[in-house]
Amino acid sequence: MDSRRILTVSEITQDIKILLENTFQEIWVEGEVSNFRPATSGHFYFTLKDQQAVLQAAMFARANRELKFKLEDGLKIICFGKVDVYPPRGQYQLIIEKIEPKGIGAQQLAFEQLKNRLFKEGLFDPVHKKPLQLMPFRVGIVTSSAGAAVRDILQILKKGASFVNVVIRSVRVQGEQAAGEIAAAIADFNQFKDVDTIIVCRGGGSVEDLWSFNEEIVARAIYNSKIPTISAVGHQINTTLSDLVADVFVETPSAAAKIIVDKKNNLLAQLDGMRHELNFSVSGLINLLGKDLVALRGMLKSPLDRLLEKQQLLDEINERLKQNIVHYLDIACQKAKSLMEKLEALSPLAVLSRGYSLSVLEKDGLIIKDASRLKAGDKVKTILNKGAFVSSVEEVVENERKTVI
Amino acid sequence: MKEKQSFEEEIKRLQKIVEELSSSKLTLGESLKKYEEGVKLAQSCSSQLSEAQRKVELLMKKDGKFSLQDFAEEDSEEEK
Repeated sequence: MDSRRILTVSEITQDIKILLENTFQEIWVEGEVSNFRPATSGHFYFTLKDQQAVLQAAMFARANRELKFKLEDGLKIICFGKVDVYPPRGQYQLIIEKIEPKGIGAQQLAFEQLKNRLFKEGLFDPVHKKPLQLMPFRVGIVTSSAGAAVRDILQILKKGASFVNVVIRSVRVQGEQAAGEIAAAIADFNQFKDVDTIIVCRGGGSVEDLWSFNEEIVARAIYNSKIPTISAVGHQINTTLSDLVADVFVETPSAAAKIIVDKKNNLLAQLDGMRHELNFSVSGLINLLGKDLVALRGMLKSPLDRLLEKQQLLDEINERLKQNIVHYLDIACQKAKSLMEKLEALSPLAVLSRGYSLSVLEKDGLIIKDASRLKAGDKVKTILNKGAFVSSVEEVVENERKTVI
Repeated sequence: MKEKQSFEEEIKRLQKIVEELSSSKLTLGESLKKYEEGVKLAQSCSSQLSEAQRKVELLMKKDGKFSLQDFAEEDSEEEK
């Protein structure tokens, strides 16, 4: 007689099943994901482990649809669920209802994972960034037409670039429908075509408020846009996926409008500079040609001009000559005058005034200096200071000079 | 879109003229012609940027067809 209670495998498994499943109905378990295997059925199978142990885990499709982020090996998670025993295999496993990433919010993790995936796919690659128009003339704005963002942009453009036309595609910018509407609006502008720049924007808000701009559908719509896009979400630095994908991103909607105003101001300055250069080039050229012209004119002097030139030279020489002659004449005159003065001093007439007289022999007209030349009867003319008289020689006396006087 | 294209073309053409003129390889006649064209282009571009008449519209879509509606700006509060 066998008093032992012998259980079949099924029986003990059943006991274990009841024991385990009753004990571990609602439990939290913390561990690291490894050997993650998603099945075609949609169920997830993986192993939870720590340094000393492993635990098989399953998350059925019904539950894992709610997961915001992706499970992957190495991820540290906190799971909520129950232990389940699967008799056909003699295995127990954790059936997971909920998972939270450890140390980081689920949304944040989802964001990081999506960002990583899109990065690997090349959506943020600078080679895909399109340059903005030299000057946007017709801007499409994807935002809520009632929001502050559109008002800010319109005001700045009106003040700084009032020639820029604006087309608004109004969308919700938060809530569950927002991402889909934003993505559709970007696609609409691409279909509509009649804008040259798209600004995707909304004003500041909490991380949750801005979340639509982190959705994959928005990132892809921006990436697929043929029209250059500017992303301007929020009021400070909290980079969204839309920022990372866009061709240009700025912190605020106002900054997006300022890009356009700056472009205009730069262009105006550039135009001014070019106008200056045009004037400078042409006036330089004209100056240069003017100098050439003067030189050429010199070479092309007419014969008449040359004649006139020579005549002028002649006139000048003449004038100089004339002046020289006058000068010499002056000198000659003075010389003559002084000579005449000298002559006058020597004139015998001057002596006469002092009481002397001159006697001239009438027959030969010579002055009588020697009495021996005279004979009695000769006629002699005596000249006095005033008047003269004629006398006849009565007697000739030789060597009598001193006694007479 | 039309004005934008012509604007970019005009700016490019103007830049080319400025370069050509400063290289001074042109005759006086050519230079003056380019100069005249350049001044006209600069004028045209500047006036496009000074245009004060803008349009603000809402893009609507119904049954896959687009239409534009005037957008009423409420800018009075800022200008007070």
